[in-house]
Amino acid sequence: MAIVKAKDVTYSYTGENNITIALSGITMSVKKGEFVVIIGHNGSGKSTFAKHINALFLPDAGSVVVAGMDTKDESKVWDIRECAGMVFQNPDNQLVATIVEEDVAFGPENIGVPPKEIRLRVDTALEAVGMSEYKLRAPHMLSGGQKQRVAIAGVLAMHPEIIVFDEPTAMLDPEGRAEVLDTITALNAEGKTIILITHYMEEALYADRVIVMTGGQIAFDGTPREVFSNEAAMTRAGLSFPPHIALFHRLKNKGYDMGECPLHIEELVDRICQLS
Amino acid sequence: MIKNVTLGQYFPGDSIIHRLDPRMKLLLVIAVIVLIFMADTLVGNLVVLAFLFLTILLSRVNAILVLRGLKPLWFVITLMFVLNTFFYSGGTELFSFWVLRVTEEGLHNAIRLAVRLIYLITATTMLTLTTSPIALTDGLERLMAPLKVVRFPVHELAMMMTIAMRFIPTLLEETDKIMKAQTARGAEFDSGNVIRRATGMVPLLVPLFVSAFRRADELAFAMESRCYHGGEGRTRMKILHMRYPDIISAAVVAGLIVFAAMGY
Amino acid sequence: MSIELKNLTYTYMPGTPFEAKAVDDISVSIKNGEFLGIIGHTGSGKTTLIGLMAGLLKPTSGTVLINGEDIGKKGYDRKNLRRHIGVVFQYPEHQLFEETVYKDIAFGPGKIGVPGDETEKRVRHAMALMELDFDGIKELSPFELSGGQKRRVAIAGVLAMEPEVLILDEPVAGLDPKGRRHLMQLITRLNSEGKTIIMITHSMDDLAENAQRVVVLNGAKMVMDDVPCKVFSNEQVLRDIGLDLPYVAKIAAGLRSKGKTVPQSVIRLDDLEDCVTKMMGKSND
Repeated sequence: MAIVKAKDVTYSYTGENNITIALSGITMSVKKGEFVVIIGHNGSGKSTFAKHINALFLPDAGSVVVAGMDTKDESKVWDIRECAGMVFQNPDNQLVATIVEEDVAFGPENIGVPPKEIRLRVDTALEAVGMSEYKLRAPHMLSGGQKQRVAIAGVLAMHPEIIVFDEPTAMLDPEGRAEVLDTITALNAEGKTIILITHYMEEALYADRVIVMTGGQIAFDGTPREVFSNEAAMTRAGLSFPPHIALFHRLKNKGYDMGECPLHIEELVDRICQLS
Repeated sequence: MIKNVTLGQYFPGDSIIHRLDPRMKLLLVIAVIVLIFMADTLVGNLVVLAFLFLTILLSRVNAILVLRGLKPLWFVITLMFVLNTFFYSGGTELFSFWVLRVTEEGLHNAIRLAVRLIYLITATTMLTLTTSPIALTDGLERLMAPLKVVRFPVHELAMMMTIAMRFIPTLLEETDKIMKAQTARGAEFDSGNVIRRATGMVPLLVPLFVSAFRRADELAFAMESRCYHGGEGRTRMKILHMRYPDIISAAVVAGLIVFAAMGY
Repeated sequence: MSIELKNLTYTYMPGTPFEAKAVDDISVSIKNGEFLGIIGHTGSGKTTLIGLMAGLLKPTSGTVLINGEDIGKKGYDRKNLRRHIGVVFQYPEHQLFEETVYKDIAFGPGKIGVPGDETEKRVRHAMALMELDFDGIKELSPFELSGGQKRRVAIAGVLAMEPEVLILDEPVAGLDPKGRRHLMQLITRLNSEGKTIIMITHSMDDLAENAQRVVVLNGAKMVMDDVPCKVFSNEQVLRDIGLDLPYVAKIAAGLRSKGKTVPQSVIRLDDLEDCVTKMMGKSND
């Protein structure tokens, strides 16, 4: 069952004296419980598309339907945003309150959840991201990874079905990135539908499906193995492989029979051992 | 260094004073200010002193912290004291030299004013020390709720205060970073005359504003995507409750005001 | 041009309850033309260390010698220091402030007293080094540019002061893959043309490919100072302080664990490719 359905979505930004086409004809769908990664470099339209999923942007043409609700239906805006939560890139610029638990409560308060239930939701959400012991801290005293987990808790407390992550790890150190990625995979394992936009190719390895975007269009849509096998499509999109996959392609291009594209280092190591 | 400026100087704790309802605390501070101005006799002033002392004791806040709150104001207190001592017209002369004349009433008046100022600052410092900024804005928002009837944007004001408090440390940190970066490019922020210094601030202020606007933009997106649409239909996680300690403290302050009104 | 750090210590907020050592007794000397990487996880003291190197922070104890001269000494010419050492902090595009790209890049040279007619030459040169189109963008507002361009303009602003040493704090953080690759290429080119590069990064792969020496910090102290292949062969030490290995080193370690011989010196992708090719013999095509 598709929980997100985009059909021929077109969107452009109007500047002072120019119009930039950000999306031209995006058609895709995401199944309930799926983990989809969207990669592509800056200007490929991936962030613009992400903002369409919770009605922050509305398509110029085409349609986006989230859990059966068309984002163009103004009466459904708040239901859509409740159903499809969003975590942004800069951990500093999405926390509103001066105390962690107050921040997590912000979303549920906005949708009018009764006080007792908010308390429950806040505690559960902080538990889910492993930040319970920080609930009375001030956000500016936390590390980047911790702030990002608080932001995730803030979205979780609204009980969304889908969480869209717009480059949540771009500004984090490796430790913070691992924390956030672990949290994301855990949420997916518990059944949340995840759409993760990222610059880090390694993060795509954990997905059920990878979508490559270039110039406002979908260039490729397949399993991680399919995407990373396709050297031509990746090069066209200006993307590079994680080094172990780069090595796989180099060896393959030299004529070795490397078999299918490895996702993890161990697979590559095994293949090399078999051949030598 | 710049990072450690804490607005409102909240001292986290779990004392009976900390746990008072912020609405009640705000009202009580107003009442105590009235009380301070009503207390005119020595006994009255001693009673206020005892009351403030008891509050500090109950709050388990380090008394030194309270005194530190007075620090920036010592100059004003001293100035007021001096002006009042020397420039009080009339009264019985105690002694005089040159053009200065110190009278009994003048001295009396100066002491009274200085003491009142110290009391006043102590009382308000106690409020900020024992109430978290968020509880304070929360209390203010709810106290001012009746003003919504006359379309006063109570919720919006409180939200703005919260966001400002949330971002002050972030922007201070940013200021520090930009200053360092520009210093590395040869900028100087602490030399030259006033005009040179003012123009020297441009490389700091422009990036700071640009960043503040970018943050505001992103924050707006984040708030919208978390269903923020103003105060309407909003619930709150924390419900404020008036409990026994609130009623007792109100009774104590009311008692003191009556006591002062009786002429002490 | 040499930089020598001798027993540097820096204490934050001494005499307060927040007192903490950010840099603890670190001695390093950096040779002319070197590419030095500094690694360590967040809070290990990397940024403080470069602040001290560049004379932006005053050490609590210890000395920084530049060309043998103590920069903490009374009467040391600070302006001169800026000509020796350029610093590019994290997200340097946040420091842009002028109306045009040209003016912004010319800001630093102006501050250190470069004469007007030479400034243009320097701005042109710095922009060329960062592969920015001088005539195309010099009159544009820096705020109109794309993220990657802004970053390169900010770095050009430091390069225009023509420092002999360039210190970079995570220069590629937050860029997209293309931007990261491009900027790394430009930085290695600067180094190959003779500039001393000191770079803080979280990307072990970038250092494995490019650095000549790596300094590892942990909890304000220096734990290693060696050539990259030696540093990255201490897997356990790195893991204990929360650092990862470069990908190539991980693949090499995987092969070793299966009984293959891969020299410790193999940490670059090209070398690993050669090594593996030899291992597998001629391909059967």
